[in-house]
Amino acid sequence: MSHDILTSTFAGAIRSGTPLLFATLGEILAERSGILNLGVEGMMLIGAFTGFAVSYTTSNLWLAVVAAMGAAAILASLHAFVSITLKVNQVVSGLALVFLGAGLSGFWGQRFVGIQSVSFVNVKIPLLAEIPFVGNILFNRDPLVYVGYVLAPFIWWYLYKTKYGMNLRAVGEAPGAADARGINVSLTRYIYTIMGGALAGLGGAYLSLAYTSMWVENMTAGRGWIAVVLVIFAIWDPLLAMLGAYLFGGISVLQFGLQVTQTPIPPNIMKMFPYLFTVLVMLFTSSEKMKKRFGAPSALGVPYSREEKT
Amino acid sequence: MSENVLELSNIVKRFPGILANDHVNLTLKKGEVHALLGENGAGKSTLMNIIYGIYKADEGEIYVNGQRANITSPHKAIEYGIGMIQQHFSLVPSFSVAENVALGLKEFHLFPRIDVIKKRLRELSKKFGLDVKPESRIWQLSAGEQQRVEILKLLYMNSQIMILDEPTAILTPQEAEGLFKTIKEMVKYGASVIFISHKLKEVLEISDRITVMRHGKVVDTLLREEADEKILARKMVGRDVVLRVEKSPPKTGDLKLSVKNLYSRSDKGPFAINGLSLEVRKGEILGIAGVAGNGQRELAESIYGLRDYTGEIEIDGTMLKPLDVHSRINHGVAYVPQDRKGVALCGNLPLYYNLFLKIFTSKQGDFNPYLFNPISLKKPAEALVKEYDVATSSLDLSVKYLSGGNMQKIVLARELTLNPELIIAVHPTRGLDVGAMESVYKILIKARENGAAVLLIAGDLEEIFTLSDRVAVLYEGRIVGYSEPDEEHLEEIGLMMAGIKKERVG
Ligand SMILES: Nc1ncnc2c1ncn2[C@@H]1O[C@H](COP(=O)(O)OP(=O)(O)OP(=O)(O)O)[C@@H](O)[C@H]1O
Ligand SMILES: [Mg+2]
Repeated sequence: MSHDILTSTFAGAIRSGTPLLFATLGEILAERSGILNLGVEGMMLIGAFTGFAVSYTTSNLWLAVVAAMGAAAILASLHAFVSITLKVNQVVSGLALVFLGAGLSGFWGQRFVGIQSVSFVNVKIPLLAEIPFVGNILFNRDPLVYVGYVLAPFIWWYLYKTKYGMNLRAVGEAPGAADARGINVSLTRYIYTIMGGALAGLGGAYLSLAYTSMWVENMTAGRGWIAVVLVIFAIWDPLLAMLGAYLFGGISVLQFGLQVTQTPIPPNIMKMFPYLFTVLVMLFTSSEKMKKRFGAPSALGVPYSREEKT
Repeated sequence: MSENVLELSNIVKRFPGILANDHVNLTLKKGEVHALLGENGAGKSTLMNIIYGIYKADEGEIYVNGQRANITSPHKAIEYGIGMIQQHFSLVPSFSVAENVALGLKEFHLFPRIDVIKKRLRELSKKFGLDVKPESRIWQLSAGEQQRVEILKLLYMNSQIMILDEPTAILTPQEAEGLFKTIKEMVKYGASVIFISHKLKEVLEISDRITVMRHGKVVDTLLREEADEKILARKMVGRDVVLRVEKSPPKTGDLKLSVKNLYSRSDKGPFAINGLSLEVRKGEILGIAGVAGNGQRELAESIYGLRDYTGEIEIDGTMLKPLDVHSRINHGVAYVPQDRKGVALCGNLPLYYNLFLKIFTSKQGDFNPYLFNPISLKKPAEALVKEYDVATSSLDLSVKYLSGGNMQKIVLARELTLNPELIIAVHPTRGLDVGAMESVYKILIKARENGAAVLLIAGDLEEIFTLSDRVAVLYEGRIVGYSEPDEEHLEEIGLMMAGIKKERVG
């Protein structure tokens, strides 16, 4: 009995952590380049809606995924244009994206409400799935979960081991220095802001194509905000983001578990845990020394223009 | 007749309200060191930034090796073989030395081979005598070490045209000597160098030709043989400059500042001040000599209350608490910090705000904190700008747009007009042209004559000799001895700075 609850909690953690993971990885890319995009919630919604609409009309799930990423990327490119080219306040522009995404998806999505479509099914990975206990939890999942397993370490590797990752980090830390070394700051920021949007869209698509097989208005239910918080929790590190996403996913699953078993922790309190954890992480990393090593990219949220001095 | 590797023709650059470069012509010959001199705000950095593609010229042409070059970005400049060390460093603080060098290099496709870079860096360090560990993070390095990283970046890229914008401003005399050796080496290997400095001695030592700028125009280009300090100073400021200031014997009064058994840590963790004691009386200037990195910054910050410490700091016999800047301001303490951009100024605030940041918290000045009328500051601001001869197009200009030297003048103007009783000055003339330097000297001497106590921390021994009544030598966070401020004791002081001679109480 308790074994079952444990297994289903862990499996649920992975499933509900996956959309968080995609969105968080995307936001890490954008923020590493110095662009704060608070519109994750909006981009996820657009992704969720577009994914569902395409899968419903074409029954092609992978096409739906690509479309979802593209739609969210378009939204992100708006933010990129406004904050990189026009150098407008990034917080305001990001918030506008949230409303834009919610509004558009709600409006276009009306006629899709209450319909079922196809969804990703679990694929057992031979051998790995046979490992006792963990095998079934980790390796009997839908393909997008596996994408998440690969993507986080890949982005980590890209950030820390490749030249392009190094350029990206430099642009977010010291755009002036990067520029003086011949790196195109604006282009870099455009690329990663848009890529970040695409990943948020993937996170949204997971909700309507794998987590469920429906479109519900505002179905992200605050996950975009959790992703923004997760970036800080993970101190802008893709591998820690993986840990954090599954942890936060687990907490949200536990909410239901505890309700079922009537444990006296109110779900509203449980919902606060991710934020509480994050505040704790921020406390640990708040000293000057820690900040230099683990803090936010120094130029986060600061527009760059060559002739302006900072 | 050697060829011109770089030629600037009729360069014009306008900023709102100011003509920063006014039809400038300049040539750089292969293998020469060409010094650029000029007052603060003369337009030197602007011109260099145009060559490096950071600023875009409004008019004029640039030729590299005789070919018209269209330099629209640093990226392009690098392709033309141009490298630049900017007046304020451009390094990524969280990166290691090797990563900073690797950044933007074309030779790597996907993976920056940090091990390859480290190896080459060690070779270069040896060849040019630039000692710095490739693994260190930039934020852990001293200013002198960061400077070396900037030079290593240029050397690594094998730039043929090197622009050094005030590379020696923050270096100790020894470090500057090291840099000159490096420059001579680089020239031997075929590089050509444009070198900006306010130190006339250096300019005469290192350069082959010297160009003097004033108000955005080139005044003259001379061969080194034709120039001496006097001629250069006159061309720069348009009048004779006397850097030897007249100074009456000190009328020392009561004890103003007393520091006993002070211990304070550096940002990196270990103690930078180790049981230091010193006293400054009213009406005297105590010069602190020492090689950079021996606790200068920590000493100044502890006394001003910006850094935590243990030990006793008394002003006018009142014991002060650590980290209490407010009470220091009320005791009439003025502070000219070493880091003007980071600590002393709010870059985005207009110039006239920056001039009065301090009256907001001090009891000086008739200033009502609840009915603040910024416009009322403009008049006194105008007077200060005039008095300190700040080159600016308007009082409303954000202070970050000022030239380096003019920023320093703003700090000095703010700190010194409140009739301070104790002045802590750290490198007060860093980055100032000779004319401005002269006026700072006069201001400090005048403050002393009015009974102020001055603690002068400077890297330049000549400056310390000119101003001080006594010299204390700082070594590894302690005062290792005192001396008279004159050239005769140079050797003695030099030895103490190297930590060789042990305590002699004076
Ligand atoms: N980005 C900018 N916007 C507006 N004004 C500027 C800008 N950059 C420089 N200026 C102005 O142009 C003039 C020339 O500045 P520049 O930095 O070239 O002087 P400099 O000769 O290097 O002086 P210093 O010796 O003090 O460094 C100054 O009056 C400065 O205020
Ligand atoms: Mg300059």
